Amino acid sequence: MRSPESPVLSIEGLIKDVGPLAALDGKMLRVVNGVSLHAERGQVTALLGANGAGKTTTLECAQGLQKRSGGSIRLLGEDPDLAGAGLRSRVGVMLQDGGLPPSARPLPLLRHIAGMYANPLPLGHLVERLGIDSFSRSSVRRLSGGQKQRLALAAALIGNPEVLFLDEPSAGLDPQSRQIVFELIAELRDAGMGIILTTHLMDDAQRLADYVYIIDAGHNVAEGTVAELLQHGEASRDGITERTLSFDAPAGLDLRAALGGLGEGLALAEDRAGSYTVTGALAPEHLARLTAWWAEKGIMPASLRLEARSLEDVFLDISGRDIR
Amino acid sequence: MSTTPTAGLVPAGAAPSAPAPLLRRILLQGKYETLAMIRNGEQLILAVILPLLALFGLTVTPLLDGLGAARVDIAVPGILALCAMSTAFTGQGIATGFDRRYGVLRFLSTTPLGRAGLIAGKILAVLAVLVLQLAVVGAVAAALGWRPAPGGWLPGLTMLVLGAAAFTALGLLVAGTVRPEATLAITNLLWMLLGVLGGIVVPAVRLPAVAGNLAHFLPSGALGEAMREAFLHGTFALPQLFVLLLWTVVPGAAALRWFKWN
Repeated sequence: MRSPESPVLSIEGLIKDVGPLAALDGKMLRVVNGVSLHAERGQVTALLGANGAGKTTTLECAQGLQKRSGGSIRLLGEDPDLAGAGLRSRVGVMLQDGGLPPSARPLPLLRHIAGMYANPLPLGHLVERLGIDSFSRSSVRRLSGGQKQRLALAAALIGNPEVLFLDEPSAGLDPQSRQIVFELIAELRDAGMGIILTTHLMDDAQRLADYVYIIDAGHNVAEGTVAELLQHGEASRDGITERTLSFDAPAGLDLRAALGGLGEGLALAEDRAGSYTVTGALAPEHLARLTAWWAEKGIMPASLRLEARSLEDVFLDISGRDIR
Repeated sequence: MSTTPTAGLVPAGAAPSAPAPLLRRILLQGKYETLAMIRNGEQLILAVILPLLALFGLTVTPLLDGLGAARVDIAVPGILALCAMSTAFTGQGIATGFDRRYGVLRFLSTTPLGRAGLIAGKILAVLAVLVLQLAVVGAVAAALGWRPAPGGWLPGLTMLVLGAAAFTALGLLVAGTVRPEATLAITNLLWMLLGVLGGIVVPAVRLPAVAGNLAHFLPSGALGEAMREAFLHGTFALPQLFVLLLWTVVPGAAALRWFKWN
């Protein structure tokens, strides 16, 4: 679902060549070959792809950090290659490597960056929300990966941008940082910010993204909401919906005996002792048989989960399971 | 935490994002980089301690005798030139090289500061540190009996700034084209070589013939000579001015063309 409002970022047929490279006998390498995407206010737009797919290059062309070789980019209606301070103040950028000086301390650094803006956010709330006060006395080089990411996010947000670019926001995050960062991203999205992020993790895209572009080998191969992409994947398999039932129960159960003739065509596995998966064209009668058998044997599973194909399956289908 | 989703972060009715005025951005960056340079211990040794040691060395040894002026009067202009090379070439070169490695240049160029503001801030920091060096070296030199020529300050400071511009251009060219470790090695090695053999503190006439002839065309030799002309005789050294301009424009243009931001 794309809103009719003008997008915060609009990329059409982006092309980026790098080189000439000695490894290619002095030829240019086309790292982005026709990426098109649109990002809206109040939405998280994810660029999903493997490492080297061209996500970061696409983002850097949109940020004006790299000059594009072809195609068009409009960021808040302007060409990022010609961006002035006015446009830069409305766009927050969190780079993949952070981009923070190792000898700096968090608070003076944030104060310094805040000084570049006429109307920066109050530092106190930002520092508190991202938990930066707990490590504000350490220099950047002593921070953990998660702490660095939180500081880089604060640096990207301090100017109160309308558009936020996050390159691999969950890279190196410990579970606590991940929780903090993901909650904040959702909150900023709800407040109307247009957020564009890259990730190679399906989980991130599934949790955060309103709209996903799957990028492979320098161009888009699929796009849609997470739900749309999952449906697309289901329909592509001769109309048969493949699902996975996974559950934890006592080890050594004989599932084939439990399902009897109904088990034909299903993949049954005990991946670890007591951790089972049943994969295939599961129907309600399979569930009925299985639960009846549990009741008969007095087995209560510790956990139970039924899911259709994951975004990961869709991604692998689309981008080619065999190539990688 | 907060009563409404964004109460904690974006205050209701917050003014829309806008850049701070250009001059304030450049001054802020200049101040930030100046403090970073002053707080760096190795940088201080290179910028202040080594030039002062060289100054003492040249005033207690007979190396500069027989050149028609007091040892200290010949030594100080060259030491000030050495200060410019320390700060603009080695100091700013190394700092910029590592900023590039850590993505600091890329991040700051996405803020309202931008690439031009970042460069302006770096030049400002070089000038600010140079003023501090001038104050320290000047005070020590005065205590050692330095008496600059009456009309020497205007040509002297002009040449010092031009020399700093040339060495900044060279430092940024190195920092923007090779790895930071290589920048570290190249700028330190050249600082040593040019400091000893480049005609900067030891006048070209006192160098071995090959080095002496070459020194006239080096930024080090041109700046050292121009500083001595200024503070010994109160004159603008036009040939040296031309050499320094060339060393500013050519590396500057090369840096604009080949500087890699990532």
